[in-house]
Amino acid sequence: MRPTPTIIQLCKSTLAALFLFSALVDIGRAQVTFEQLCDSAKQPYNWMMYSGDYAGRRFSPLQQVNSSNAKSLVAKWVYQTAATGKFETTPLVVDGVLYATGQDDRAFALDARTGRPIWMYQRQLPGDIRPCCGRVNRGVAILGDKVFFGTLDAHVLALDTKTGNVIWDVSAADYSKGYSFTVAPLAVKDLVIIGVSGGEYGIRGFIDAYDANTGKRRWRFQTVPGPSVPGHQTWEGESWKTGGAPAWMTGVYDPATNQLFWPTGNPSPSNRGAGRAGDNLYSNTLLALNPDSGRLDWHFQFTKHDEHDWDATQVPILIDAGDKHLIAQANRNGFFYVLDRRSGKLLSATAYGKITWSESKDTEGRPVAKPEAAPTPKGHTVCPGALGATNWMSPSYDSKTGLFYVSARDQCDIFSTAPQPYQAGHAYYGSAYFPSDQAEPYVGAVRALDPATGQMKWEFRHPSPTWSGVLSTAGNLVFTGDAEGNFIALDAVSGEPLWHFQTGGAVYASPMAFAVDGKEYVAIAAGSSLYAFGLP
Amino acid sequence: MDLGRSRALLKRALLLAGLSLAIPGWALAVRNPLVGSAKAVKAGEYEFRINCALCHGLGARGGGRGPDLTNAKKPHARTDAEMFQIISNGIPGTAMPANGTNGQGVGMIDEEIWEIVTYIRSIEVKAPARGVGNAAHGKELFYGDANCSLCHMVNGKGGRIGPDLSSVGASRRTDALIESVRKPSARLASGLTEPSKEFPQEYETVTVVTQDGHQIKGVTLNEDSFSIQMVDTSEQLHLFEKDKLKSCETSRKSLMPAYNRDMLSDQDLDDIIAYIERVAAP
Repeated sequence: MRPTPTIIQLCKSTLAALFLFSALVDIGRAQVTFEQLCDSAKQPYNWMMYSGDYAGRRFSPLQQVNSSNAKSLVAKWVYQTAATGKFETTPLVVDGVLYATGQDDRAFALDARTGRPIWMYQRQLPGDIRPCCGRVNRGVAILGDKVFFGTLDAHVLALDTKTGNVIWDVSAADYSKGYSFTVAPLAVKDLVIIGVSGGEYGIRGFIDAYDANTGKRRWRFQTVPGPSVPGHQTWEGESWKTGGAPAWMTGVYDPATNQLFWPTGNPSPSNRGAGRAGDNLYSNTLLALNPDSGRLDWHFQFTKHDEHDWDATQVPILIDAGDKHLIAQANRNGFFYVLDRRSGKLLSATAYGKITWSESKDTEGRPVAKPEAAPTPKGHTVCPGALGATNWMSPSYDSKTGLFYVSARDQCDIFSTAPQPYQAGHAYYGSAYFPSDQAEPYVGAVRALDPATGQMKWEFRHPSPTWSGVLSTAGNLVFTGDAEGNFIALDAVSGEPLWHFQTGGAVYASPMAFAVDGKEYVAIAAGSSLYAFGLP
Repeated sequence: MDLGRSRALLKRALLLAGLSLAIPGWALAVRNPLVGSAKAVKAGEYEFRINCALCHGLGARGGGRGPDLTNAKKPHARTDAEMFQIISNGIPGTAMPANGTNGQGVGMIDEEIWEIVTYIRSIEVKAPARGVGNAAHGKELFYGDANCSLCHMVNGKGGRIGPDLSSVGASRRTDALIESVRKPSARLASGLTEPSKEFPQEYETVTVVTQDGHQIKGVTLNEDSFSIQMVDTSEQLHLFEKDKLKSCETSRKSLMPAYNRDMLSDQDLDDIIAYIERVAAP
């Protein structure tokens, strides 16, 4: 897929302006407007939202660090949270100040040049919270002079960018019933948009929008429709009340059409379909919403009536190619989907990893599950496994190479049923899964996919599956991390490794890039520390 | 028994334990309210599959990280209360995490933990699957004709290429030990390579060829995309950067020979296993 001239021109002009801008930047000003967020490419030195831009590309227009000098990258600073557990944050950087979150719901601001702390906020969490998958948080959103984050006890907070003081704090749901927030919110217009976690607890999922100034909730989109709402008929009996469909990864936004795209997760119980007959809308679905009202424009369900925990929460990416306005997602179920984002029509679905669950497609082109792929009492092997062909680690799209980069995992699981009654606030899987020996090779890889064909152009293999996302930059680079603790720079065209650094801890985060004083940095959370790299 | 009341008692006991560190004392004092319940065994089996089997294996027969729990001899969990405490709070310094409501995982409530305790007790195998061997003769074989000690160490004595076998007799059942001698590749690096497992490539066979054409064979101690740490068959440690090697091939075929009955009779194998189980006994 070829880049459009406008994108090339835009990149050239912003790159030329980089050093001029950085000379003029008022360090620490830290005021962000919606217009700035829409035009984030004009401020390549700032990283102002989870995926770097509204299109979700996790692409940095910076090119000071590039494929010819990446081999000389060095660590510039390290910030240690001194906390245990997975450190999943993607920091934001605005005008020389870095904002990030860490384990146990802490949020902090650093001097982005030195890593020196400016402030830290530590949430006092109740003892009986229900984090399914670690006491994690993936980051903040920024708007005006506030940063926003969601907590494991299901509150949404606004903090002052200069002090970390709490400006407002609202409770979104009852954490004791399994509701929590781990996602980095998205700021759109004057709203803070956030999706809930808890698909392992039989919650009823939602996406909320809060007034950034006051914390007042403007709308809630229930991802499991209630009685008399379209989609409700896709649930058996009362199963909708505990239907799951969380929304725990950050969505994307198209300012041109004012469409908010937000992906959702698994139905509950996650691995047992008995008792919830039907498609189970809007689980595992890409939702196109009006951000002003929360009204549904269109929806596309990737995995109907899921029994393998294949949340469709992966960050989707907006791609413009000529007059085509696409949205692409490498889904946890092993298929790479490309849709027309104006209509929601599926254009292609191509396997990018090892899959055994589907051999046919429906009239829309959607892969259909084989009946024998369902979990059984004895257990049998299905690929991908429950952790998916990818998971929440971010993909990236570089319009210059025209490639979509994704951290893929080739692994299969043995799925067996383990019926459980629903109890509020308790794990609700209905099944169990284990790595299958038939899964060889059990590997991970960064794969570069061509959205026009779905075909893989190259892959860089890891010895074991990684939980690191991918960043691409205009320096012809792709950055990623691995489970063995390496942070790695690859050539964006060939996938050849150019540089690596052993951080000493497994990477459970997605990288980002920023610049201060005309110097480019690439940052990654690994182990319990945040690392920033640059040229000597 | 009223579970709510038992939970309250347990909380109180935990509090006291925290204050006095008198864990054995309180542990003896708390009883499993579900002991012997068939319903609890079934519920516990499902809970076990969901929460425990990833490490301890299907049917609790041991996995890549966790010991076989069907062994009736559990030095850390002689009583149900001790087992409850371990499941709830984990074992510091090991991969066993806290699984109670204050843990990092899904947070099992007391009733669910008691169900798992009841399930584990129901599948324990009290007696060895085979006749008891002669441990003294087994020791002679281990350090003599069977050549085990060329590669394996027990209590500080023996080789370094294979796993240390000082405690395996307590964490694996007899039939698993037999299989690992008769078919040593069967359980090698069984694919449980999530990053939380610190040394995922342990005991994989590796063959490297250096730039000058020298071939070195051994087992991996650790490996990533760019480097490998290995010990060769002469117990020499080698640390290589992969891009400086001509080739580096790993294999899941164990360096250990598969001992058939011509090489090692059933009786001799029983004797060696009796020795391994005796040295691991608490």
